[in-house]
Amino acid sequence: MGKFSRLGNDLYEGRVSVNFVGRKWLWYAISGVIVIAAASGLLTRGLNLGIEFKGGVEYTVSLPHSQATQANVNKIRDAAAGTGIKQAASPTVVTAPKAIMATLEVMSPKDANIVAAAISKSVGVPISNISTSEVGASWGKDVADRAIDALIIFLVLVMLFIWAYFREWKMAIAALVALAHDLVITVGVYALSGFEVTPATVTGILTILGFSLYDTVVVFDKIRENTKNQSSSRRTYGELANLAVNQTLVRSVNTSIVALLPVASLLYVGVFQLGSGPLKDLALALFVGMAAGTYSSIFIATPLLAQLKSREQAITEQDRRAKARQRRDADRYASVPSFSEDLPISESPEGPAGELSEGDTVARTPFVAPSTRPSATGSGRVVPEAKAPIEQSGSAHRPQPTRQPRSKRGK
Amino acid sequence: MAKKTSRPGRTLLIFFISVAVLYGLAALGGTFKPQLGLDLSGGTQLTLVATSKDVTPDKLKEAASIIENRVNGSGVVEAQVTTQGNRNIVVEIPGKNRQDLVDSVKRTAQLRFRLVATSGGNPVIASGVPATTTPSPTATPTGNATGTATPTPTGTPTSSTTPKTSEKTATPNPRPAPDYVFGAHKKPTSKATKKPTASTTPTATPTGASTGLPTTGTPTTAATPSTTAGASVNDPLAWASNPGDLWLGKFAQYVCPSKGSTSPIPDSATEPLITCDSDGNKYLLSKPVIEGTSLKSASYGIPQSSTAWAVNLTLKGSARGTFATISRALFSNGGRFAIVLDGQVLSSPGFDGVISDGTAQITGSFTESSAKSLSNSLKFGALPIRFDPDVRVEVIGATLAGDQLSAGIAAGIIGMLIVMLYCLLYYRGLGFVVISSLVVAGAVTYATVLVLAKAAGFTLTLPGIAGLIVAVGITADSFIVYFERIRDEMRFGKSMRVAVEAGWVRARNTCLAADGVSLLAAVVLYIFAIGVVRGFAFALGISTIIDIVVFFWFTKPTVTLLAKRKYFNEGGRWSGLSPETLGIDGRPAVQGLAGEAV
Repeated sequence: MGKFSRLGNDLYEGRVSVNFVGRKWLWYAISGVIVIAAASGLLTRGLNLGIEFKGGVEYTVSLPHSQATQANVNKIRDAAAGTGIKQAASPTVVTAPKAIMATLEVMSPKDANIVAAAISKSVGVPISNISTSEVGASWGKDVADRAIDALIIFLVLVMLFIWAYFREWKMAIAALVALAHDLVITVGVYALSGFEVTPATVTGILTILGFSLYDTVVVFDKIRENTKNQSSSRRTYGELANLAVNQTLVRSVNTSIVALLPVASLLYVGVFQLGSGPLKDLALALFVGMAAGTYSSIFIATPLLAQLKSREQAITEQDRRAKARQRRDADRYASVPSFSEDLPISESPEGPAGELSEGDTVARTPFVAPSTRPSATGSGRVVPEAKAPIEQSGSAHRPQPTRQPRSKRGK
Repeated sequence: MAKKTSRPGRTLLIFFISVAVLYGLAALGGTFKPQLGLDLSGGTQLTLVATSKDVTPDKLKEAASIIENRVNGSGVVEAQVTTQGNRNIVVEIPGKNRQDLVDSVKRTAQLRFRLVATSGGNPVIASGVPATTTPSPTATPTGNATGTATPTPTGTPTSSTTPKTSEKTATPNPRPAPDYVFGAHKKPTSKATKKPTASTTPTATPTGASTGLPTTGTPTTAATPSTTAGASVNDPLAWASNPGDLWLGKFAQYVCPSKGSTSPIPDSATEPLITCDSDGNKYLLSKPVIEGTSLKSASYGIPQSSTAWAVNLTLKGSARGTFATISRALFSNGGRFAIVLDGQVLSSPGFDGVISDGTAQITGSFTESSAKSLSNSLKFGALPIRFDPDVRVEVIGATLAGDQLSAGIAAGIIGMLIVMLYCLLYYRGLGFVVISSLVVAGAVTYATVLVLAKAAGFTLTLPGIAGLIVAVGITADSFIVYFERIRDEMRFGKSMRVAVEAGWVRARNTCLAADGVSLLAAVVLYIFAIGVVRGFAFALGISTIIDIVVFFWFTKPTVTLLAKRKYFNEGGRWSGLSPETLGIDGRPAVQGLAGEAV
């Protein structure tokens, strides 16, 4: 683990860096493939809705582990079909570690009791060991409506939250895209795996909306912190964002592991000990959603944000300046022209940093006499043009030009 | 800040005293076992969904208490009836399978009083069946608006006369003689405006007379085709004696639904109704004259002067006047009155007197159980809202419940242990802070669950346990945020004592934002949760709050205390904060962004 925390330190300081922002198209492509797979799974296979949504009767026959066999499954199926009740003609019967589950269509409670008695007789299990769950046909619609209501209200609240927290719609868009990405993947996993969708699943999915958002909030928080002083930094917005992701990477990975471990134990117990029920439904949604949430906040939200931001004029100019600075720092004397006979007289190569751009490393323009500053008239003086961005100064309480220390100015 | 941080010991002390107080409160509850939900202890759970448009929390609560009365009134177990969200009522019956009670709760109907225009046997049912209406003991109606009132409270005597009965049978009325008869209530009424004839027999026994009433076999289906148009539907009294060809035709064509059919008969408050009773006798009924909500009380018993069972009912408000008018009219023409529950006729008594004070007694061939069930139906019938006929029924067997409980506990233990192990491996010395914080959070959560079980009736369900387990991750996450911050600060060369405070300021906000999001999620889920999943949201919510409490008042002071220890402060090898673990050994300064930006 010591190695890992060393890596954390290196990531923090930018000595080791994974280029999350730069290789955005790779991540977009990977996510695109996953999302398309999930969406096509959803479209072709559809969701395996539980009886809470479709209506129906489900019997859970609790049995010792050794008796949850195919023979008993067949017995139960025959017993249900043998009752002569129309809705019980073709039950779906599956085994779980310590139970056999039979799902039938919607029927009246009286019929349901008859079927329960038949099942109890067929496998020799007392009726008190048979758990039933009866859901009427109209119930599911109500459940689905409520789920959609909850989803809409939650999304609205989430948007309000993002707006209140970031006060910046580009961050909000990136966070929402990441959220949608997680949602599609989670639902797609349900479609592809054929796990049952129950109210517990819906709850799990709504919960991961919160988790995914929170992950994104943490990364964006760091991005905001890093880019606050971009004007005095040598890095572009994308680089700063990338640094932020790298700095929070250890934390993201750590918290995801810590959050996923209990969920994994829930999933394990739900699948291997119970085989059905709310534990499994909840845990799978949470597991997939949390994993996708961590992934998307790192690989989707941040590059997307950097991409959106890089279109902004202020950011473009900052980036240009930062690049120019980097170049200048790389070879400080690159812009000093070597002397030749016909060297035109040009402006000082040490022009203001902000004026330098990619194209004009060496300005070979004909000499133009530098315009003299207009002389002061009356009293006072003429304020010279700012050479660097002007910032609010804490001590003078008015905008002051920033002045880098001599060492930084490279003099 | 200095003030806050200077006394971590005192903060810890106060925290532990608070925890002790919490446990004291839990001890007052008398038990140290949390109340388990049905999915962990076994039992039957029913969920009803209101379908009326005008559902208010008050109405829902009222309906819940009516249902509670009804379930517990059937002499069983301690059923719990709670409202959930703004539409659901959940009935929880612990113990074994009580499918019989399911029917009792499911009968969610509207109680209305109508006038019988005509009635007859159903051709589907064998004609030998007497037209006795034996309502099922579980009848449970819902009433809505109160009926239009005709306030004419007259002081007519309330005692019945036997000669009338013979007169009634002699009347050429197409309607068959009633099996049950309304009489004045046996209780001496406070009305002083009675006519002298009544005062001679103040506690007259109208019931004695009516019990002798012969229960003639099959009622004859008859129609009066003299009129074509019939009286106005809006005048129930006139309409009942002259329904007109249109309705009579409809009535003749109507066939009672077969027994056990679940489709309810639509019961409109403004329309006449053609329906049947549970024995398959069909009725043509006027539009409702009194709504079930006007019923004040109902009871059953054997009147003092009688040997037969009777059902007493009292009306309230303007319905008393309406009832008086109706009783006078029906008494004179031998008409009958129908008590309609969810479109099914419960009882259709005639009148053997004029009842002016809204206190009536139904007598006839009641047995104890049929009297009880009719009285229950009347008493608990007036639910203020209508419910979806599809009731969600869940029966959890004891074995499954036990399996789920052990699975939940197993998942909790496994989850907690691996999180602890991971934190110990990663944070070493600080890992013990994580472990003790998790243990403290667990203890606080347990006490909270105990206290809430007593105070708010919180029961621990399987999704609830899942919520608590998921919250382990959230709780541990706060510590990770904090420790990473401390490490970041230490990488800048700060000593642990300083780093702990500097990191705290930053971690606190992140942590509050995180808990805010998950609390938001929990609240929204709780409001919109469906069924048993609600427990998940609740558990998630309380453990998020507990996380904040433990983080602020336990973890932070503990770390501050640790920072004063030489071993941690100087970066001991296993403290989790040694230069080697931080990766800053052998390098004098930090170059990253911080060095550049600051």
